[in-house]
Amino acid sequence: MTDINMQQTGSEASRKRLEIIRASLSRRHRAEAIFKGLGIAAIVLALALVGTLFWQVFSKGTPSLFQSTLHLDITFDPEVVEVGPAPEAGSGLSPAEYEEAYLDWRRALALVNWNELIANAIRDVSGTEIDGGDVRALVDNNAGLVLRSRFQDNPDLLGQTVPMDLLVSANGDNWLKGTIDRDLPDERQQLSADTRNLLDELRADDVITMDFAWHLFTNVDSRTAPASAGLAGAFMGSLYMMLIVIVLAVPIGVASAIYLEEFAPQNRITDLIEVNINNLAAVPSIVFGLLGAAVFINYFHLPISAPLVGGLVLTLMTLPTIIIATRAALKAVSPSLRQAALGLGASKTQMVFQHVLPVTFPSILTATIIGVAQALGETAPLLLIGMNAFVASVPASPLDQATALPVQVYLWQGNENRNFFEARTSAAIIVLLGLMLVLNAIAIFLRTRLERRG
Amino acid sequence: MNSLVVAAVLLVLLGLAYQVGWSRSRTVAVGADRRLHSRPAYHGTLAAIWVLVPVALVLGLWALFGPGVTDSYIRSQIPADVAASLEPAQLNNAMARIRSIASGYGVLGEPQPFENQAGQALRQFQLISFLIVIAAAAGLGVLALFAARRRITPALRARNQVEAVVNALLVACSAVAILTTIGIVVSLLFEAIRFFTFISPVDFFFGTVWNPRFSTTGTGGEGDYGLIPLLWGTVMVAFIAMFVAVPVGLMSAIYLSQYAHPRLRSTVKPIIEVLAGIPTIVYGFFALVTVGPFLSGIGNAVGLDIRATSAATAGLVMGIMIIPFISSLSDDILRQVPKSLRDGSLGLGATRSETIRKVILPAALPGIVGAFLLAISRAIGETMIVVLAAGNSPILRLNPFEPTSTVTVTIVNQLTGDTDFAGPQSLVAFALGLTLFAMTLVLNVAALLIVRRFREQYE
Repeated sequence: MTDINMQQTGSEASRKRLEIIRASLSRRHRAEAIFKGLGIAAIVLALALVGTLFWQVFSKGTPSLFQSTLHLDITFDPEVVEVGPAPEAGSGLSPAEYEEAYLDWRRALALVNWNELIANAIRDVSGTEIDGGDVRALVDNNAGLVLRSRFQDNPDLLGQTVPMDLLVSANGDNWLKGTIDRDLPDERQQLSADTRNLLDELRADDVITMDFAWHLFTNVDSRTAPASAGLAGAFMGSLYMMLIVIVLAVPIGVASAIYLEEFAPQNRITDLIEVNINNLAAVPSIVFGLLGAAVFINYFHLPISAPLVGGLVLTLMTLPTIIIATRAALKAVSPSLRQAALGLGASKTQMVFQHVLPVTFPSILTATIIGVAQALGETAPLLLIGMNAFVASVPASPLDQATALPVQVYLWQGNENRNFFEARTSAAIIVLLGLMLVLNAIAIFLRTRLERRG
Repeated sequence: MNSLVVAAVLLVLLGLAYQVGWSRSRTVAVGADRRLHSRPAYHGTLAAIWVLVPVALVLGLWALFGPGVTDSYIRSQIPADVAASLEPAQLNNAMARIRSIASGYGVLGEPQPFENQAGQALRQFQLISFLIVIAAAAGLGVLALFAARRRITPALRARNQVEAVVNALLVACSAVAILTTIGIVVSLLFEAIRFFTFISPVDFFFGTVWNPRFSTTGTGGEGDYGLIPLLWGTVMVAFIAMFVAVPVGLMSAIYLSQYAHPRLRSTVKPIIEVLAGIPTIVYGFFALVTVGPFLSGIGNAVGLDIRATSAATAGLVMGIMIIPFISSLSDDILRQVPKSLRDGSLGLGATRSETIRKVILPAALPGIVGAFLLAISRAIGETMIVVLAAGNSPILRLNPFEPTSTVTVTIVNQLTGDTDFAGPQSLVAFALGLTLFAMTLVLNVAALLIVRRFREQYE
């Protein structure tokens, strides 16, 4: 092209101009390449960051999904388990009296030295004589409770021998997995040399194996027995809150979106409401926590640390998301549908509820799932309404004390036994991310289905 | 059990009312030989609404006042001389025992004769009061049903009335969002004003020392509550975050919206958006165990003293968190720039990067600035990353590699687990919250107005 131009013009001035253009052209193309390269670099960097984050969490968390478990044959020796027979309900006792007798029996059970049973079992396996202190260092503090509740559920076990799986203590697990430096001198090790040797010996004999840590999902949090701490309580707390969010935020959010989009007159007040809702969507979550602490707890005296309050706070937080998404969905419905309905004599309410709303149902569902996923991962407001309390039970109702999955992550990352809990925290994050991934996958699936139909 | 009965009665009544309204409207239509104004379903719904209102009113009143009435009944059943001899705590205990006897659960030890009597009486009282409430609710409901039934004529505008009720419900739901804002402002203002009765606003807003002593006894002083160090920490962390997020986020938005093949775009965009869905506590943990040690390792290598928890760590990770936020907002805005501008520039011989830098970006600038403002608002309100990774050291420092503290961290520290809003130590959280809310409000509203004007410009 430039050759033709040269021949046609030929004059000195235009040749000069062309020279300048040609000289600048390579510079411009170089700038173009650099700019495009920067764009690619930005994308690669962003993707690399996603990758690093996930790789870090998974590589740290996966080992703690498997935990050292001790397989022992426990004999419920009558000489150690010295308690009377369990009281029976209905034998002339009022419910209150039976409760009292049963509590007495359980108190007697609590006084039994269960660790002695474990010590005996370990002696039978390894031939090493160990005392109570060694047992506490070797197995998780929860092991005695496991034996006790097994016996409490079935008092006929007295005198029998049953195989049982007990968790190795957190320090023992650290030693076996090597998460603590095995070459550290004795005085800096958490466990005595004898216990360490015994652990290695039991591991070599396959009395200790690395089993999948089911208790991570079935147990509640525990301070005294870190190895058996689990997520069940936090999971139920989160579940209650999510149910409250769904039950409250979806109807209220959809209803107010319908009003604002379809019925409200266009004036300065609705304009203000729109700005207000958009602002609410961007208000820091911790401010909602302050609102919950001041209004729900301090003014209405709702119970502290309860999923009910957490659910209400998260509902208020999720509401703007749902309203904005529903309004967008309503706006996208084609006018012909509305006009057809109105033309056939439907009232405005009939048009909205019977024709427009059903079309937007998939988008509303997607928005709900995204809102719930967001609420599920929220931590800061829950700290302010006391949901960071240590709760060692599964909440039976939304009014009981509870914690939530992200708050459990926060609590575990602050635990003193860093060697053990760093992995444990990562495992909790894996569970949390897994839940969010499932929710998001459902949302994406629904969105593509919707697009295919539309 | 009781609530099941109540629910059952309510459901039966509502179903009955709907059915009555439905069939009555059809009957009157046939009798009057006239077309109904509304379809029978609307007459049924209207009748059900008529029944629901009085029944819900009675049940609501009982839920509100019932426990108080029962309590005073129990108290009246305890003989006067016994009641006088008991202390408040013992009285409560006695009342609990009477409740246990009445419920058939029994009590420990031999119940006193008055307890037994009161228990029996309470049992009867509970039964009778429950029956009365149910009867009153059902009776009123039936009366309302008769009234509603008599109102039904072919000309009754049942549909309009039902729609008016629906409309009222919709308005009530829209009010929730407004009430939330009002609730935030009022509760923050109220508690902040209480805080300012302890500490003067001047000391709070212009003080440069943050040192809230937790023991207020003896020393007389209540500690120093200077906002400046916290504000500085917040601004520094947010600035570092924007420094990381803006180039990466904006460049990836430009690449995705202007260069990328649609297929690449449709795979990469969701992956980057995954970053936006990750809970902030996960970023905090990532900062604490990975980024912090990594930065301090670099610092060791080059001979700098970089702390593992510092403004730089928190800011860097917060920047990562904000990347998808900036990239998806900018992406939307870049795609809203009219195609004619872009085609015109390309047609005049500009390269693609020149078109982007000289035509598209200036045209999209207001919208992009709005997106940045929203991102800044997000950064200063972010909590968990800074709680875990900023080091919690509320001292005025210029060095970003030293620990710092922010407004949000301090709110968490001052209020966590504390419900006794009596002293300035916990009330200060609300003053900080008010500051935070005001800052984000200004940023959000400015951003929203800019973005809205930008949209209108090209629509």
